[in-house]
Amino acid sequence: MTSAFDYEQKLDIGWCPGCGNFAIRQTLIAALDELGLEREKVVLVSGIGQAAKMPQYLNTSYLNGLHGRALPVAAAVKACNPELSVIAVGGDGDMYGEGGNHFMHAIRRNPDIALFVHDNMVYGLTKGQAAPTSRPGMKTPLQVAGVYQKPLNPLALAISLDASFVARSFSGDPEHLKEMMKKAIRHKGLALVDIFQPCVSFNKLNSFDWFKRNSYRLPEDYDPRDRAAAFAKALEEEPFPLGVLYESERLTFEEGLGVYARDPRPLYERRRDMAKVREEVLSRS
Amino acid sequence: MARLFKDEVTLAIAGQAGQGIQSIEAIVGPLVKRSGRHYLSASEFMSRVRGGANSTEIRVSSRPVSAYREGIDLLVALHAEALPRLGKRISPATLVVGEAEKIGYPGMIDAPFSKLAAEAGGALYASTAAAGYLCGLLSLKAEDCLAYIREFFARKGPEAAERNAAAMRLGHAAGAAAGEGGIRIEITPDEGAKGNLLVSGSDAVALGALAGGCDFVCGYPMSPATALLEKMAALSEKFDIAVEQVEDEVGVVNMAIGAWYAGARALVSTSGGGFALMCEGLSLAGAAESPLVIHLCQRPGPATGLPTRTEQGDLNLALYAGHGDFPRILLAPGSMAEGFELGRLAFDLADRYQLPVFILTDQFFADSVQDCPAFAGLDREPERSVVETGPGYRRYVLTEDGRSPRGIPGYGKGMVRADSHEHDESGHLSEDLELRARMVDKRRRKGEAARAAALPPRLYGPEDYRTLLLCWGSTLGTLLEAAERLGRKDLAVLHFPWLYPVPDQAGDYLRRARKRIDVECSSQAQLAQLLHGATGCAIEEKVLKYDGLPFGTEGLAAAIERLL
Repeated sequence: MTSAFDYEQKLDIGWCPGCGNFAIRQTLIAALDELGLEREKVVLVSGIGQAAKMPQYLNTSYLNGLHGRALPVAAAVKACNPELSVIAVGGDGDMYGEGGNHFMHAIRRNPDIALFVHDNMVYGLTKGQAAPTSRPGMKTPLQVAGVYQKPLNPLALAISLDASFVARSFSGDPEHLKEMMKKAIRHKGLALVDIFQPCVSFNKLNSFDWFKRNSYRLPEDYDPRDRAAAFAKALEEEPFPLGVLYESERLTFEEGLGVYARDPRPLYERRRDMAKVREEVLSRS
Repeated sequence: MARLFKDEVTLAIAGQAGQGIQSIEAIVGPLVKRSGRHYLSASEFMSRVRGGANSTEIRVSSRPVSAYREGIDLLVALHAEALPRLGKRISPATLVVGEAEKIGYPGMIDAPFSKLAAEAGGALYASTAAAGYLCGLLSLKAEDCLAYIREFFARKGPEAAERNAAAMRLGHAAGAAAGEGGIRIEITPDEGAKGNLLVSGSDAVALGALAGGCDFVCGYPMSPATALLEKMAALSEKFDIAVEQVEDEVGVVNMAIGAWYAGARALVSTSGGGFALMCEGLSLAGAAESPLVIHLCQRPGPATGLPTRTEQGDLNLALYAGHGDFPRILLAPGSMAEGFELGRLAFDLADRYQLPVFILTDQFFADSVQDCPAFAGLDREPERSVVETGPGYRRYVLTEDGRSPRGIPGYGKGMVRADSHEHDESGHLSEDLELRARMVDKRRRKGEAARAAALPPRLYGPEDYRTLLLCWGSTLGTLLEAAERLGRKDLAVLHFPWLYPVPDQAGDYLRRARKRIDVECSSQAQLAQLLHGATGCAIEEKVLKYDGLPFGTEGLAAAIERLL
C-alpha cells in the first residue's frame, strides 16, 4: 500500500539516477508514516537546489521558495500555526551558503521545526561547483586549482550557537537516518540533521564508499547533553561521527513570541476584537 | 517688544540631540490638543544620538493644520548652534526665546530654563520647565497643565511627578509673564476639535494595521521605518500580535511570506535600503501569489543617503522592484485619516488579490504629529479571503479574474502547495510552456481586478479648475495650504492615495486641466512619469524638492506662483 505521504501516480523526478536523494525521500516518507503524523498537518519548506525539490515529490503541503530562504519561512509557518509539523529541507549550498545568516539566526530563534540538510559537499543543480562543505583540494570547473578554503563545519557551528538538537546521518544507512529524522521531528525546538549523501554526477571525490569509510556511528553510551564534549565530537573529521551529537532544552520561537500564552489557537482561527480596537484608537484623543 | 499672534503661531524648538526637544514636544502636544486648539509638529534631526543640531516645528492654530511652514514665529533655542543651523527660517520678525547667557542672540527674550529647573530640583527638569514656559505663552490653563504633568510622570514615582509639576508651574508662570510682557498669542479653541485624536503618521498606519487584522509583524530596524515596528510592538501584548526582529531584510520578507502562507496577516516595515534587500522576496510573493503588506517609509538615497531626512524618491523602486512580471498595489496616505484608512485597506487588498501591497510614506509623514477627527469605520471587521480546502484542492486553479481561492495548510483536507517556480494549478513546478503563459495571464488579471477596485484620486478645490496641482503622499497638507495662500479660484489639487495600478479616473482629471503642475519631493518627478505613462498626458511643469526637508508652505506657494 502506498504511504499517505507518497503519490500513487508515477512521478517525474528531477534527480539523477543513483542520487542519494531517492533514499532520503523514501526514508523521510517512512519516518513520517511511523510517527503517525496527519498528512494535513505536515508542511515542508524548502529553497532551491536538487535537495530543495524534495517537497515537490511528497504528498504534503509545502512552500518551495527561494534559494537560501527556507528557514525564515519555516519559522514563520510554525509561529503562526504551532499545530503544524514543519520540516525545512535543502542542500548544503542552500542552507549553509546562500542561507548561512538565516541558519545561524534560526538556531538562535529556535522554532520547533526539523531541518534536514543534504550534505553532498558539492553543488548539483548548478553542475559541480564547490559547496561550503567541499573538502580542500577538490577541483571543479570554477575552483580550477582546487578548493583551498576551510570547509564549514555545520555541526560545530550549530553547537557553538547552542542549537537544541544536532545530528548527522548518512543516506547510505536508511535505518539510522530514519531514526535521526524521527527524533528530529519529535524534538521540541530546531533540530538539525546533516545528511551525508553522495552526488553521483558531480562529486567523484566523496563517493558512497568514501562516506562509508569516513564515518562511524556514535557509541550507545555517548551522552549528547554535554555541550563541550559534543563540540569536541563535532570537530572530528575523517572519520565523522554519525548520530545525535548534541541535545538541549530551550525556549522555542513560538513560546518566546508570547502569542500563545493565553490562547493556544493558531493565528488564523482568531478574530480581532473590534471593540478593543475602537477603544485603542479613541484612547489617542 | 510687543507682538500679537492671532489664531495661528508657528513655534520651533531647536537644540542638540539629547537636550529634550522630544520631551518638550511630548508634553506640549497633548496639552495643546486637550485645550481644543489644533496642533501639528514635525521634526528634523541629524543621524546621531547626542549633539548636532535638531529642531521640531510646532504649529498651534484655531483651524485644522496639516502643513509644514518654513517661517518660524517664535524660536525656543536650547543651544547657540540652533540659530545658524535654522538659517533662512529665522527672519527679523522671529522672536527668539532662551537662556540669553547661553544663546547670546541680540534682542532675544531671556527665559531662564536652567534656573527654573534648579529651583524645581535639578537640571533634569529643564525640559518640563521649557514645556511649561511654552504652555504659559500659549495661555493654556495652568491647572490643566499641572494635572497632565502629574499624570504623565506618575509611572516614574511620586517624587518625579512632584518635581516635574514644580518645573511646569515655574515654567508656566515665566511664560505667562512673558505674555503679559508683550508677546501675546491668542488662539481661540475650536469646539469641534474636542474629540480629536492626536497621532503621528506612524500611529495612524499602526492603528490602521491593527484594524486590518494585522497579527504578525517583522522587521529590521532602519530609520525612519522603525517607528511603525515599535508602535506595533507596543500594541502586541494587548492584541496578541507576533513581533520579530529578524537577522536581515531578506529574512524579514521571507518570514512575512511564510506567515501569510500559514494564515496570518503579516506586515513588514522598512526604508529604501532595507527594501532593496527585499526585492527577491517581493518577487517570490509575485510567483507564489502570496499576500504581503510592505510599509516603505522613504528617506533620501541613494545608498545610505540622509538616514533621518525625508524624500519621495522610492516610488519607482516600489513600482519596478522584483524580477519578472507580476501585479502589485501602491498606496500612499496624504493625511492621518488616510494613514489609518490605507493601513487597514492594505491587508484586505493583499488578502483579496493575493499580491504585495505597499504603503508608501516618508520620514516627514511618519514622524509628524497632528490632531485629526476620530477615524471612520472603527467597527468594520477585516475582510477575510481564506477558504477551507477540500480533498483535491489546487492552490493555483485558473479563474476568470485570476484569483484562485486561497487555502492555508491545516485548515481543511487539501494540500496547499505554494511555489516560486512556474507551476501548474496544483502548485507543482512545471515547464509546460503553454501553461506558463496562461499562469502569467492569470496573475496579470489579478492586477486588472485590483485596478477596477482602485480608490479614485481625490480632488481638492473647484471642479472647473484651469490649473491642476498633482501630488502624492505627505506633500498633500502643505500643498493644500500653499494653494489656499495663492487664493486663486481656478486652481485645484489632485492627490493619489492609490497610486498603482493607476486609477482609471486619472486621465480625465489630467485632460481637463489647461496647466498641470507636478509637486514632489524627488528630483526625477516619479509621479509625473507614472501618470504620463498611464494616461498619455504629459505634465509640463514641475516643482521638485530634494534637499531632505519637506516642502514648506511659503516656498511652495512662491514656486507655484512663478509657474502660473
